[in-house]
Amino acid sequence: MLGSFDFDVIRRSLPYLFYEGMTFTLTLTALAALGGLIFGTAIALMRLSGYKTLGRIAGLYVDFMRSLPLVLVIFWFYFLVPYIGQWLTGASRPISVGAFASSLITFIMFEAAYFSEIMRAGIQSISRGQPAAASALGLSYAQTMRYVVLPQAFRNMLPVLLTQTIVLFQDTSLVYVLSIPDFLGAASKVAQRDGRLVEMYLFAAVVYFTISCIASFGVRRLQSRIAIIR
Amino acid sequence: MIEISHVNKWYSPTFQVLTDCTTSVTKGEVVVVCGPSGSGKSTLIKCVNALEPFQSGDISVDGTKVNDPKTNLPKLRSRVGMVFQHFELFPHLKIIDNLCLAQEKVLGRAHDKSVTKGMQLLERVGLKEQAQKFPAQLSGGQQQRVAIARALAMDPIVMLFDEPTSALDPEMVSEVLDVMVDLAREGMTMMVVTHEMGFARKVANRVIFMDRGEIVEDAPKDDFFGKPRSDRAQKFLSKILSH
Repeated sequence: MLGSFDFDVIRRSLPYLFYEGMTFTLTLTALAALGGLIFGTAIALMRLSGYKTLGRIAGLYVDFMRSLPLVLVIFWFYFLVPYIGQWLTGASRPISVGAFASSLITFIMFEAAYFSEIMRAGIQSISRGQPAAASALGLSYAQTMRYVVLPQAFRNMLPVLLTQTIVLFQDTSLVYVLSIPDFLGAASKVAQRDGRLVEMYLFAAVVYFTISCIASFGVRRLQSRIAIIR
Repeated sequence: MIEISHVNKWYSPTFQVLTDCTTSVTKGEVVVVCGPSGSGKSTLIKCVNALEPFQSGDISVDGTKVNDPKTNLPKLRSRVGMVFQHFELFPHLKIIDNLCLAQEKVLGRAHDKSVTKGMQLLERVGLKEQAQKFPAQLSGGQQQRVAIARALAMDPIVMLFDEPTSALDPEMVSEVLDVMVDLAREGMTMMVVTHEMGFARKVANRVIFMDRGEIVEDAPKDDFFGKPRSDRAQKFLSKILSH
């Protein structure tokens, strides 16, 4: 039965799949994780700040983002951002935002909600004596966060942050709704062009599985190493 | 140096932790604050560098009002050294970096100067060899000595100690107390919350006894240990000195 399959299509499309598709996927994953971490940390600090209004705004944002299907946000954002850009800049026509920029912004916004919850837990895991000791030495609030609290929170939460990044790596495949050739999109294109759906989707699954598995294994090893240091 | 006058603090409208506390610490004086747990002594000492807010009364340190909203608190705190019960070294930084962080970020000292200063102080507390280690690699007594060195690196005008030996194993208490005794004999102004009455007898000028948020007794050391005026102080002393 396997005789009717043509696995050579994979070999022939490898350069396209990896140079174009995987490069896009990994770039999007890395940038979205970085952006999400930065904005997520900012949101976490807003939620933990003494200012109620600021905390409530941040809380609403997180709840809002977590209550929507990611694919819907990607879709909405892609079609909406040009109009928002037009409205903000007062241009006569909708501003064209590339598919990459649009999906990157979407993922950063979406991931910020998740990363903020992780960082919030990380910050709360630091005993209150630490910021007290930093203040007692004369460090300002910003310095206390930057040099004392956040480095520890980040270190404590690194395994969770990386696990979330692996989820993000898989989620980036949703940009296929925008017809962007990420890894899955590229595989899908080849599959439909050559009529080799089973082979290509099987191969895509194997690649996602392998990368995620190796990454998870790496995170677990890191976790046990951190556990020894503490 | 430290003026505390009529300080009141409530945790909630019905729960008052400090009631009309008034006392002072003059330059070069060593004042020991003691009392049963929950009597507000730690809270009082934390009010001195505004780690704890209070609702009424005044505290000033070297003429600067702590509870004035216009006071530059980080600047004031950088001149008031504080040592905590649980050391609170920064676990992600090496010992020497623990000593350098605030010197560089708050006082703006150059890195090599703060390292030199830090090493001098580590030598003084007998821990020069541990400079490149992380806090978790040190014993409790060593960590607390590092914490004292870290506070001294800021060239403080006064040192506050919040139960510095309460979290230590018994055999490590004396190494920390020795450092504190040296400091007191050099003329450092100190306010010390502690149950170590041996330390109080050795170097304190005055002893303050607190109970239920009030300063019950504020007397020169010899008067306090000789004939405490209040019943509560007598009871407290008989309990902790009986063995």
